[in-house]
Amino acid sequence: MSINILMPALSPTMEEGKLSKWLKNEGDSVRAGDVVAEIETDKATMEVEAADDGVLAKILIPAGTEHVAVNAPIAIMVEEGGSLDDISAAPSSSELTKNTHSEEISTPHSIEPDAAPSSTRHPIDAPEIPAGTTMISMTMREALRDAMAEEMRRDSDVFIMGEEVAEYQGAYKVTQGLLQEFGAKRVVDTPITEYGFTGIGIGAAFAGLRPIIEFMTFNFSMQAIDHIVNSAAKTLYMSGGQINCPIVFRGPNGAAARVGAQHSQDFAAWYAQIPGLIVIAPSNARDAKGLLKAAIRNDNPVVFLENEILYGKSADVPAIEDFVLPIGRAYIARAGEHVTLISFSIGVIYALAAAGELAKEGIEAEVIDLRTLRPMDLPTIIQSVKKTGRCVAIEEGWPQCGISAELAMCIQEEAFDYLDAPILRVTGKNVPMPYAANLEKLALPSIEEIIHSAKAVLYRD
Amino acid sequence: MAHNQISPTSAQMGLSRDEELFALREMLLIRRFEEKAGQLYGMGVIAGFCHLYIGQEAVVVGVKMAAKEGDQFTTSYRDHGHMLAMGMDAKGVMAELAGRRSGYSKGKGGSMHMFSREKNFYGGHGIVGAPAPIGAGVAFANAYRENSCVSIAFFGEGAANQGQVYESFNMAALWRLPIVFIIENNRYAMGTAISRATAQTQCHRRGEAFSIPAKQIDGMDIRVVKAAASEAIDWCRSGKGPYLLEILTYRYRGHSMSDPAKYRSKEEVDRMREEHDPIEQVRLRLLADGVSEEELKKIDASVRKIVAEAVEFATADKEPEVKELFTDVLM
Repeated sequence: MSINILMPALSPTMEEGKLSKWLKNEGDSVRAGDVVAEIETDKATMEVEAADDGVLAKILIPAGTEHVAVNAPIAIMVEEGGSLDDISAAPSSSELTKNTHSEEISTPHSIEPDAAPSSTRHPIDAPEIPAGTTMISMTMREALRDAMAEEMRRDSDVFIMGEEVAEYQGAYKVTQGLLQEFGAKRVVDTPITEYGFTGIGIGAAFAGLRPIIEFMTFNFSMQAIDHIVNSAAKTLYMSGGQINCPIVFRGPNGAAARVGAQHSQDFAAWYAQIPGLIVIAPSNARDAKGLLKAAIRNDNPVVFLENEILYGKSADVPAIEDFVLPIGRAYIARAGEHVTLISFSIGVIYALAAAGELAKEGIEAEVIDLRTLRPMDLPTIIQSVKKTGRCVAIEEGWPQCGISAELAMCIQEEAFDYLDAPILRVTGKNVPMPYAANLEKLALPSIEEIIHSAKAVLYRD
Repeated sequence: MAHNQISPTSAQMGLSRDEELFALREMLLIRRFEEKAGQLYGMGVIAGFCHLYIGQEAVVVGVKMAAKEGDQFTTSYRDHGHMLAMGMDAKGVMAELAGRRSGYSKGKGGSMHMFSREKNFYGGHGIVGAPAPIGAGVAFANAYRENSCVSIAFFGEGAANQGQVYESFNMAALWRLPIVFIIENNRYAMGTAISRATAQTQCHRRGEAFSIPAKQIDGMDIRVVKAAASEAIDWCRSGKGPYLLEILTYRYRGHSMSDPAKYRSKEEVDRMREEHDPIEQVRLRLLADGVSEEELKKIDASVRKIVAEAVEFATADKEPEVKELFTDVLM
C-alpha cells in the first residue's frame, strides 16, 4: 500500500510554493517525524515531515521546482518491504504543478488581480508616470516593504514598531530585511500589547517622531482603538492645532482565509467614520507603494488597511525614485458607461472580475477603486454615476453603517436626479465569519452577486 | 535599589529659603486658580467637567522643582495644576476653561484637553490611563534622539488599575525608557475608595513585577516630593530606565463639580486640611525661619492678582469664531 506525501500549506492563504530541497533519497527508510524535504514561499520556509514510517519510494517533484500547488502529491511512500509496483498509477510531475484548487469564478481567493485587461487601466494620478518609465513587477508585500525602506532612508525620524516586525522578519514578511538595514533602534519588536505600544507610538509622534505601527492584523487593533480614536485622531483638534500626530497604523485588514470570526473581519467602516483620521485601503502593489509613502510623509494619523490575500499578488510598479501617490484620490480601474461598480481593497478585485464577465454580455462596467476611504473622492464617484446612472457598491465589511451605505447616501445627496435605478450593495453578510469553507464563501461578497446586482440595476436578467 | 521606603532622610529633604518661597508661590497659584475656577463654574462661566487639584499641589510643584528644562509632563484630566506648574500662562488656561478663543486649545479642548509644545506639556487626557503609554512614547522619543530629557507621566491610583498602564510599565522597563511614572494616590477614584477597587493597595509594589524601582512617599510634604522626584528623575536621566513613584495625596474638593461627597466623611477632609495641608506646612516653616507674615501676604496678593487678571482676560475674551468648528481636524 502506498501513501502520497502532499505539498503542505504554510498559511491559510498559501496556494503554491517552491520545493527547495529533498533531504531523503528514493529508497531511504523514513520514520514518522523525519524531515524529508524543505519547501518555501515568499513568506517563509518550512520542513516537510513524514507522517508514517516507511520507504521513500518515489520523488514526484524534483528539488528546485517552483509553483507546486498546495496538496499536490510530491512523493510516494510505501510500507517497509513494499513494492514500487504499487505506485504505477502515480501522476506525472507536470500535471502536479498545476493548481489543483477548483477555479470556480466565485472562489474569491483564486482570482487574479489583473482580471481586467491592462489597456483599460489609464493612469489618472498625479504625479503622472512619465512615458518610458520602467515598470517593475512586484508583490504587494514587496511594494510595502520598499515603501517603508525608502522612507526610512529618507527620514531618520521614521521607525517601525510592532509584533514580530524585526527578528521574525514580519508575521506576513512585510518587514523582511528592515532589521538588517536599519537596526533594532528603528525596527522595534514589541510584546503582545497593542493598547500599550499604540499609545507609545502616539506619544512618540506627539514628540515629533514618525512611527509606523504594524498591527499583525487589524483584528488586534481593537485592543488599541481607544488610542487610535481618542489620542491619535483627536489631539490636533483638542490642542487647537498645536499637537499633530504623524503616525501610520498598518497591517492586514479584512477577511483572511479559514481563520474564523475573530481573525477575519473588515474594519474599514469603523475607522472611516472618525474625524482626524485618514484611511487608505489599496488594492494593488502600485497603489500600496505610492500611498504608503504618502501616508508616512503625511502629518496626520493614517490608518493603512492592507489585505493578507493580496500580499502575494503582483502588479507593475513604476521604478521612479520617489513614487508617491496623492491621498484622497480614487482611481478608475476600468472605464465603462453602463454601470458604476465602486469598491476598495480586495473588493476591487471582485469588481474587476465581475466587469470582465459583464463585458462578455455587452455590459461595460466602470470600476472605481476608492483607494482612500477618508477623505473620500466624491467628485470621481459622482462624475461616474452621473455618466452611468447606475451604481453597485461592493465591500467585504458588514452592510449596516458600512462604506456602501455611506456611498449610497452621498450619491443620492449629490446625484439623485441622475440615477436610473436604486443603488445596490454587495457586502459581507450580517454574521460573524464562519470557519467552514462553504459557509465562509457564502459570508463573503461573490462575483456572481456583483454580476447579479449590476444586471439588476440595469433591469436585465 | 531600595524599594518601599516611606520617605527620604531629612538630610536629603531640606529646601533652601528661596526654594520654599518658590514652592509656596507656585502652590498658592494653583490653589487660588482652582478656587476661582470653582467659583466660575458655579457662575456658569465654566461648564462640563471641571476637576480641581486643591490639596494635591505639592505633588506637581515638587516634581517640577526636581525636573530640568526640557523634561516633559503628561497627565490625565485633573490637569490645571500641572499646566500652571509647567509655566503655562494662567490666562490661556482660564480662557480655555471658559471655552474662549484665546484658550490654549482655542476653546476646543476644555478643562481636560490642553497642551503646550512650547512648555513641554503633552496633555491633558480624558482617558485616565492614557498618560502612561503616551508619556512612555515621549520617553521613547527622548531615547531615540538621545536628548537626555526625562518624561514624567502622572495618573491617579484609580487609573493605575488599567491594563495600558502595565503594558507601558513592561515596555518602559524592557527598553529602559527615561520615564518617571507617578501615581497620584488621592485615595478615591471618583467616589470609590482605593480599598474597594484595588486588591493590592500599596500601588508602588506594582513596580516590582517589572523590575522598576519604586517608592511610596508623602505627597503633602513638598520637601519629600522634591527629594524623591530628584532621585527618580536622576535615575532615569542616567539611562537606567523607568522609575515609579506612588505619591500619597488628598483632594479636598469633589471628584468633579457635581460630586455629592457621600463616600467620605467631612471629618476626614477637615483633618487632612488642618493637619496636612501642603501650603500651610511651607508657610509655617517660612515663618519659623524668620520670614515675615507681611512678606507671605505679599506673595498671596501677587498670586491673587495673576488669577484675577486671568479671570478678567477669560471672561472678556470672545468665544471661538464659528469657522473654527472645522479647523484643526487634519493638518
